[in-house]
Amino acid sequence: MIYIENIEDMSAEQDQLLNEVTSNDYKYGFYTDVDIDSLPKGLNEDIIGMLSAKKQEPEWMLEFRLKAFRHWQTMKMPAWAHLKIPEINYQDIIYYAAPKRKVQYESLDEVDPELIETFKKLGIPLEEQKHLAGVAVDAVMDSVSVKTTFRETLAEHGIIFCSFSEAVKEHPDLVKKYMGSVVPYTDNYFAALNSAVFSDGSFCYIPKGVRCPMELSTYFRINASNTGQFERTLLIADDDSYVSYLEGCTAPMRDENQLHAAIVEIVAMDNAEVKYSTVQNWYPGNKEGKGGIYNFVTKRGICKGDNSKISWTQVETGSAITWKYPSCILKGDNSIGEFYSVAVTNNHQQADTGSKMIHLGKNSRSTIISKGISAGKSQNSYRGLVKVLKNADGVRNFTQCDSLLLGDQCGAHTFPYLEVDNDTAIIEHEATTSKIGEDQIFYCNQRGIDTENAIGLIINGYAKEVLNKLPMEFAVEAQKLLQISLEGSVG
Amino acid sequence: MLEIKDLRAAIDGKEILKGITLSVKPGEVHAVMGPNGSGKSTLASVLAGRETFEVTGGSVSYLGEDLLELPAEDRARKGIFLGFQYPVEIPGVSMVNFMKTAINEQRKFKGMDPISASDFLKLMREKKEIVEITSSLTNRSVNEGFSGGEKKKNEIFQMAMLEPKLAILDETDSGLDIDALRIVANGVNKLRNKDNATIVITHYQRLLDHIVPDHVHVLYKGRIVKSSGKELALELEEKGYDWLKEEN
Ligand SMILES: Nc1ncnc2c1ncn2[C@@H]1O[C@H](COP(=O)(O)OP(=O)(O)OP(=O)(O)O)[C@@H](O)[C@H]1O
Ligand SMILES: [Mg+2]
Repeated sequence: MIYIENIEDMSAEQDQLLNEVTSNDYKYGFYTDVDIDSLPKGLNEDIIGMLSAKKQEPEWMLEFRLKAFRHWQTMKMPAWAHLKIPEINYQDIIYYAAPKRKVQYESLDEVDPELIETFKKLGIPLEEQKHLAGVAVDAVMDSVSVKTTFRETLAEHGIIFCSFSEAVKEHPDLVKKYMGSVVPYTDNYFAALNSAVFSDGSFCYIPKGVRCPMELSTYFRINASNTGQFERTLLIADDDSYVSYLEGCTAPMRDENQLHAAIVEIVAMDNAEVKYSTVQNWYPGNKEGKGGIYNFVTKRGICKGDNSKISWTQVETGSAITWKYPSCILKGDNSIGEFYSVAVTNNHQQADTGSKMIHLGKNSRSTIISKGISAGKSQNSYRGLVKVLKNADGVRNFTQCDSLLLGDQCGAHTFPYLEVDNDTAIIEHEATTSKIGEDQIFYCNQRGIDTENAIGLIINGYAKEVLNKLPMEFAVEAQKLLQISLEGSVG
Repeated sequence: MLEIKDLRAAIDGKEILKGITLSVKPGEVHAVMGPNGSGKSTLASVLAGRETFEVTGGSVSYLGEDLLELPAEDRARKGIFLGFQYPVEIPGVSMVNFMKTAINEQRKFKGMDPISASDFLKLMREKKEIVEITSSLTNRSVNEGFSGGEKKKNEIFQMAMLEPKLAILDETDSGLDIDALRIVANGVNKLRNKDNATIVITHYQRLLDHIVPDHVHVLYKGRIVKSSGKELALELEEKGYDWLKEEN
């Protein structure tokens, strides 16, 4: 089981509980420094100043935040054709809270039985179930020894892997140099917001010539707590290095924060390769579409060096609204960008996801494989841009976007955009839309496979190209996850 | 083992099976023949539990149980196998994964542990030989891009893997070349024993040269209009269906 996101405690209803927990002797024992508590609700320069101070940030970091904030104030929340986003009151959000566990329930009996059922199906051990559901646990995941070994191994290779806050203090030069270099705060509304108020996140640096010997997952990051709703990740792969990075969790994470706006920046230097895999399964809301996370993420990598490669793989099953386009700027000659995605929407979920491949380098190549699966009353859109600049000779792109529909109340939409300024580019685009047929399900039934498992099989077959790109242990979980997300959607 | 009594079934309110009565005993082979559209595939589907058809009357008992009460997957797990007239393609799902899932579902139903990887591979190898099917087929996705004949062979392969008690083969012989026909028939014969039974739906006497039936039935407009021994098939081959149509 891999998970990274710790559950925070920021909502209004939680205020009281939060106070109780902080005023006690912090009986859940994660953090020793419990003297910090949360800031009041709202967003203004004072709040950002306090936030930065609480995090004991250097002056330049505060400057960055304020610049972003001032820019954000000039921006408007974008409107999208295929997403219906309720009004978000940014003054009603707490932008900083003490790192602590959300303790919502005394025992698992109090938790939504459906959620527990899902945990069981995913085969999550009991202690982890409690953790994920926000039940009080005593010795939480004490994998300190694992983490220590992990850290030692990384240190031997000179790999830096720590929280973003830590990096700001320990590696300010790297952070200053690269933060915002791929996703500037001016990029979009949510990027600006994140840049102003980001809580924490991960930082990773792979030195020249180093092949990271294990899959990096934030699960193993020390002080991984409280990355929260405005997460920020910066990953730098220096010349000739390789890293595979895992983010996310297959278990449905509950979070009282409705709005999530993360930023991920990747920099790949000459001959470097970065594989970034995500499983996103934030709470999607109930069957009527109530609750659920709004997930607005800006993920972008730059293949800065020649022959570099960035590969995004994502399995998106969660959140009420998902808005994200992991993208690659292919600056280096012969650089490669890849995007493999499965996005499932069910009930009232909405997803608008896809990728952008910006070709600047000569002979740069990109592949986009997007598999959308829509069920219930959901809306699932693919939005992709392939852009080839004037001097980029010999560019190739292959895009395939498939949509699979379960039922007839859901929608699948495809918006491919092409901007090609160079005649030598070869761009291919394929798109299909299909339905799971009653005949396919009956065929499975006839072989003794019930409808739920039949859908699981068919879905996993459909998404195989993408699932195959995931690291092994992730792939197995992702398969189960796809099936579970669609349970009951074909009757 | 199978007792069908006055079975009626409809689709979209249109009655297609209009009172079918048929009794199949262990060890028997029954051939069902009849003109296009007479309801043969419908009968097979209803027995296998396809829900697009509505059972409007009659009863079916299978091994002493009310078959019509069971969902399709449970019927399969209890040993009913349908060789489809038109096997469907399931892209991306490998035959190996499909078969393994099917076998494990069956085993789970019987309270058995999942099959070990080595036993499964052994079983695959053994059964592939029976139907002379090559790994190039079983390594692919279920029926995807298979030729018509390959799909039919694949049905028999699956039958061999699942070892059903009652196999219903819906025109498994159509589209097969002479060699394939022999292979399929041999496959069926090898799996035949005193405890299981087979219903073969076919248009051609030539299959029945290989799989010799104990009974031949003619289905016409949703009714069995004639039942007899294997000689009936020869008679039909010679005379066609018109004489029966006139009688009814
Ligand atoms: N899904 C369906 N919707 C409407 N009518 C159907 C459906 N399936 C079967 N029928 C009708 O039921 C009748 C019997 O069809 P069935 O497929 O059982 O015939 P058959 O005896 O198997 O014919 P063939 O020898 O051509 O395979 C036909 O008139 C057919 O059009
Ligand atoms: Mg038929």
